[in-house]
Amino acid sequence: MELVSPGIGLIFWMTLAFGAVLWVLGKYAWKPIMKSLHDREEFIDKALHEADLARQEMKELKFSNEKLLAEAKEERDEILKQAREIKEKLIENAKIKANEEANRIVENARETIQNEKMAAMVDLKNQIAKLSIDIAEKLLAHELSEPKKQKEYVDKLIRDARLN
Amino acid sequence: MKKNTSKRNVLLRNIILFGVIAIFVAGQVLALGSNSNPEPENAAGSAHNEHGTPEKFKAGEMIVEHIIDNHEWHILSYGNFHLSVPLPVILLDNGRLVSFCSSKFHHGHDQYKGFAIAHEGEYKGKIVKVDQARFASEGIITQQEGQKLPLDFSITKTVLAIFISLIFMTWLFIYIARMYEKRRGEAPKGIQSILEPIILFVRDDIAKPSIGEKKYQRYMPFLLTLFFFIFTNNLLGLVPIFPGGANVTGNIAVTMVLAVFTFLITTFSANKNYWLHIVNTPGVPWWLKIPVPLMPIVELIGVFTKPFVLMVRLFANITAGHIIVLGFISLIFIFGQMHPAFGYGISIVSIAFSIFMTLLELLVAFIQAYVFTLLSALYFGMAIEEHH
Repeated sequence: MELVSPGIGLIFWMTLAFGAVLWVLGKYAWKPIMKSLHDREEFIDKALHEADLARQEMKELKFSNEKLLAEAKEERDEILKQAREIKEKLIENAKIKANEEANRIVENARETIQNEKMAAMVDLKNQIAKLSIDIAEKLLAHELSEPKKQKEYVDKLIRDARLN
Repeated sequence: MKKNTSKRNVLLRNIILFGVIAIFVAGQVLALGSNSNPEPENAAGSAHNEHGTPEKFKAGEMIVEHIIDNHEWHILSYGNFHLSVPLPVILLDNGRLVSFCSSKFHHGHDQYKGFAIAHEGEYKGKIVKVDQARFASEGIITQQEGQKLPLDFSITKTVLAIFISLIFMTWLFIYIARMYEKRRGEAPKGIQSILEPIILFVRDDIAKPSIGEKKYQRYMPFLLTLFFFIFTNNLLGLVPIFPGGANVTGNIAVTMVLAVFTFLITTFSANKNYWLHIVNTPGVPWWLKIPVPLMPIVELIGVFTKPFVLMVRLFANITAGHIIVLGFISLIFIFGQMHPAFGYGISIVSIAFSIFMTLLELLVAFIQAYVFTLLSALYFGMAIEEHH
């Protein structure tokens, strides 16, 4: 029967001791322990979250890098293409210009030649005329001494002039 | 090479573990065998009375003696030599405070200042005012007729065990709290890492689901203190030698105080919804409430049966475990009295079963601490549950 009948002394001491320890531990042990645990958990949560964010950022950065690279490549190709086009155009233009220049030079040359030729001709004609006149002069001086021959000569001259 | 060492370590650990358990059980056998006859007529010899005839071993008496409270902490007896820790006796007799050392009782054979431990009758085992006439004539201590029983506030074996365990707990957890503050934000280390999973278990698997995320923090100090008090004392109760071996959690006064704490916290933190639930239980037909308030009565009884069941469960589980282990060990002495060879023979079986029971008790020590704490948390949760 003693087994199941609680004694007053034991109840008294148990209440006192347990209550006191409950208060002391609650104030000096459980409070800091629970707080530290909570703080640590929060810290770990935060760190994990931040790591996640960083990973996400890295991913985005990598993605944007790739995009940038692709864009740069495209731009380079475009520039190269344009450059090639410009080059070809330049060459084409140069060719055309050179042709034109050549043609112009040839033309000029031809013109000059023509002019020269004309000048030469004129000069020649003048020379010939002068020579003719000289000859004629000499002839006249010589032939006019004889009236017959004179006549003959004039006829011949006329004939020749017509032929010319 | 490394593998070899670890293998050897495991083996060594197993041997140590087995050795410790064996020592525990052997200690129980010794403590039990030596303490089996503390009655005055057996004082002269461990198993012989004054007339030299063998005293019959009474297993029931011996077992009860081991699980109830005592005014001295008996460690062992060998022949006439008794080793025990004397404890202070504090009595309140008609408003007068009397205190002296329990060694004055000479292991229960003598009286001091008119007080002594009763041998028989209604108050057997309690401190009474001695019926001098009967003590003189028969040598038996009983309560004086017509006298008021003195109130016993002695520091008994159980009280001392409570003090020891509570002082130990206070030291341990304040030490750990310091470690937490010193090593803020760092991983737990040493003893801190042993206890942290248990603290987290109480918080995450007991308090949070039972009480709810929002309000569980208010109850954590009580739940943790309760859990570790029960767990510590359950484990200490399995150690057969001082300062273990006191049956603290198997004492109904102790479990009663714990249950009363739970009851008071539940009652004082209860909200309107909780009381409304008792007075006007939802979900039952109206004729169970009016005109005869059957459900309110049932609910009201429930308020008191909940802590009562807590009290009885812990007390019965721990006491039962101790009784079984003691019973197995008693078998050795019962058989030994028939013939010593029987005693040695049965001891192999008894010790095997005792080891098994002790291991089972280790499990029970945890389970009972868990159950008591879990149910307390559930009751708190019920008391503060919001209407939905």
